[in-house]
Amino acid sequence: MLGDTRLSPELQELADSLAGTARESGLDFFDTIFEMIDYNQLAEIAAYGGFPTRYPHWRFGMEYERIAKSYTYGLSIIYEMVINNNPCYAYLLRANSLVFQKTVIAHVYGHGDFFKNNYWFSRTNRKMLDQMANHASVVKGLIEDIGHDEVEDFIDSILSLENLIDINAPFEQKISRDTGDELAKRRIQTPKIDSKKYMDSYVNPKDYLENQRQLQQNQMTQSEKFPDKPARDVLTFLLEFGPLEQWQKQIVRIIRDEAYYFAPQGQTKIINEGWATYWHSKMMTELAPLNDSEIIDYCDHYAGVVATAPGQLNPYKLGVELLKHVKRRWDRGQFGLDYIHCDDPKERADWNKNLGLGSEKLMEVRKLHNDITFIDEFLDEDFCHNSKMFLYDYDPRTNRYVISSRNFNEIKQGLLRQLTNFGQPIISVIDGNYKNRGELLLVHQHDGIDLKHEFTLEVLRNLYKVWQRPVHIQTLVEDVERKVSFDGSSHQVEKI
Amino acid sequence: MPMKMESDLNRFRKIIKGKVQKELRKFISNGDLIGRQGKKQITIPLPRIDIPKFQFGSDQQGGVGQGEGEPGDEVGQGQSQPGEGEGEAGDQEGQHTLEVDVSLEELAQILGEELELPNIENKGKKNVEDKHYKYTGILRQGPESLKHFRRTYKEALKRSISLGTYDPDNPVIIPIKEDKRYRSYKIINEPVANAVILYMMDVSGSMGDEQKEVVRLTSFWLDTWLRTQYKGIERRYIIHDATAREVDEDTFYRTKESGGTLISSAYKLATKMIEENFNPSEWNIYLFHFSDGDNWSGNDTADCMKLLESTLMPISNMFCYGQVESRYGSGQFLRDLHKHFGEQHDQLTTAQIKDRDAIVDALKTFLGKGK
Repeated sequence: MLGDTRLSPELQELADSLAGTARESGLDFFDTIFEMIDYNQLAEIAAYGGFPTRYPHWRFGMEYERIAKSYTYGLSIIYEMVINNNPCYAYLLRANSLVFQKTVIAHVYGHGDFFKNNYWFSRTNRKMLDQMANHASVVKGLIEDIGHDEVEDFIDSILSLENLIDINAPFEQKISRDTGDELAKRRIQTPKIDSKKYMDSYVNPKDYLENQRQLQQNQMTQSEKFPDKPARDVLTFLLEFGPLEQWQKQIVRIIRDEAYYFAPQGQTKIINEGWATYWHSKMMTELAPLNDSEIIDYCDHYAGVVATAPGQLNPYKLGVELLKHVKRRWDRGQFGLDYIHCDDPKERADWNKNLGLGSEKLMEVRKLHNDITFIDEFLDEDFCHNSKMFLYDYDPRTNRYVISSRNFNEIKQGLLRQLTNFGQPIISVIDGNYKNRGELLLVHQHDGIDLKHEFTLEVLRNLYKVWQRPVHIQTLVEDVERKVSFDGSSHQVEKI
Repeated sequence: MPMKMESDLNRFRKIIKGKVQKELRKFISNGDLIGRQGKKQITIPLPRIDIPKFQFGSDQQGGVGQGEGEPGDEVGQGQSQPGEGEGEAGDQEGQHTLEVDVSLEELAQILGEELELPNIENKGKKNVEDKHYKYTGILRQGPESLKHFRRTYKEALKRSISLGTYDPDNPVIIPIKEDKRYRSYKIINEPVANAVILYMMDVSGSMGDEQKEVVRLTSFWLDTWLRTQYKGIERRYIIHDATAREVDEDTFYRTKESGGTLISSAYKLATKMIEENFNPSEWNIYLFHFSDGDNWSGNDTADCMKLLESTLMPISNMFCYGQVESRYGSGQFLRDLHKHFGEQHDQLTTAQIKDRDAIVDALKTFLGKGK
């Protein structure tokens, strides 16, 4: 498929020995298969989100062209790619030097360990490579049956909703709930007085039944909320209650499946990259040290990995520094009430109980945390100050981003907000029978930032294609509560 | 390119083509594409194609960064990526416009589809042929100058290995006569379908910059289309006021004269150029004349009609006259042409180009006949 992608014997030996070193020092990862590929192949796989096979869709082509072009122009280089699967697959770029290959291999083992042990990844499909290939063949089949344009158009509509999932859903206990069919059945059944069949028309006369039905319907529309609580997982809601054809359901399922697979990666960007970087640097400098001639190249590379561009947070840098900070604190016993309540900066700085608990603590951190809990728990004032973090804001007058604050609380709050719900707005369905006309009402939980208006309009258009009745979303637009609607022909924005 | 990506890439290109086609009328009238033209392709700026999602508006969004600086200091608008990336859905990229490369053929094809242009019928010069030499195969005999070095040595190596005379420690190979291989060529006769476009433009005082821009835009698209219809295309430019002269492309669009207008001068020069350089039996000849239609005198107009009727029209594929509207209004010449030849004439195509928006229609009129 990709030609000969095996590692050279020396490199394979190196990978095996690094794996041994990593396992000895406590990492625990799936077997990892490295494939040696050239840049074109890497660009293709990167465009497919790391997988060799995806369902056919134009956006992969667009992504491929972007990646290939930016490589041609020398704008960006992808060194490393690894997919969460058992066995783990990782790709090495043929053109990289041996030092890079070693570093990347070590880095990949870090990711592998994180994928396998981190709680947030525990519900992901470990046979996703196969699953993706299955998705591809299903979609290809649908394209044959239904037609390329129609299928692609529907995929576009659903992709525009793919971020409307509930990241906590995989961890919830499944409670049996009414499916659409049962709901419908309940609606149709009218309360009757028990009677023998031949007496039925006397005991339950027609106008009585009609009366009862009316009563029941009124009651239902007044009291029964549908859904009973706001549904964060909009895709599942559509799957259960949307007027979809069988092939459309298949597509929704596929896209939902993949969205849930990728979600933990969006949730753990900082800690995952930090963890991998922490381990590759540890391995390259301590556990399986590079020789003298390689170390400069390695340092050069490392400096690139943790470089910061102004106004940008580098997840590699923040992650690895915060992990090192945690290690130092637990090594020196800088935790517990005494330490937290200590106000003397000198005493705090010199605090050292020589506990040496750092490594153990790190293992725990990588097991339990995602970005938001990691930051929330461990980003403290000392760290914030030492790593020169700041908050920046957009200044509309000058069309520039400027530093707005170096206040710890504000920074931490800003960072947490940025990470909430993996950076996506929180949106849920609150009424699937809005106005009692089968219309769909979503609500956006506004936390200070407006939705991008022109996109909102487009998404509503796509949502309408799926729901086939008017759709609405409640949100704040410029501090005023508004409802944005699309009724199939035109958009409306009204104040609430 | 890897095979699997190819179909996705083609779908993407199809979408782009659709976008370009949708925006084509805009591109035609605003001239955005001129100057973005390479030798074989053209870079077209399109709004980035995104899958819309409920998303935070980027205008008001700040964030957290790391580095030096005091509150109030600028941190720029940097959107760069870290040096390493992991394989996962790239969901937040910069907000660039999308620059897509479209080959000129594709662009012409889009133009053709959008304006529903017919392909051009060749004027029937199939008898004129051109000779091409093409290296196609390998022969055992041939001139030394065509010796295929690598093949020859390969043969020699094969021979010496099979004879057992090859010594890896002293790899000397000497080709003998039987080893020698030569390139062979075929002579290919190709019909010549060359075309020349003769642009004539009135540069008298009444033609302003805007009028010239209209001409420039029109001729860009004419070029684009005709270029795909012929193998080789040559363009010549004539400017005229009361006298005519041949100029290069750049001068053509820049020159401004203040004299009066004698259209016949241009037609005379065109006739002369064709006679000297472009044998009508070998060339497809396209004549485009742009003017604001104010000819100096009725006598000259009469001369023009005579020239058109007797020489220019019979030898050209078609004669197109585009009348641009200047600030002094539209002139008489268009009406004179219609009076003389009738509004529907086989060889003559006329269009009135009032402003940039009318270019599309003019192109359709000019190229719609398929000649």
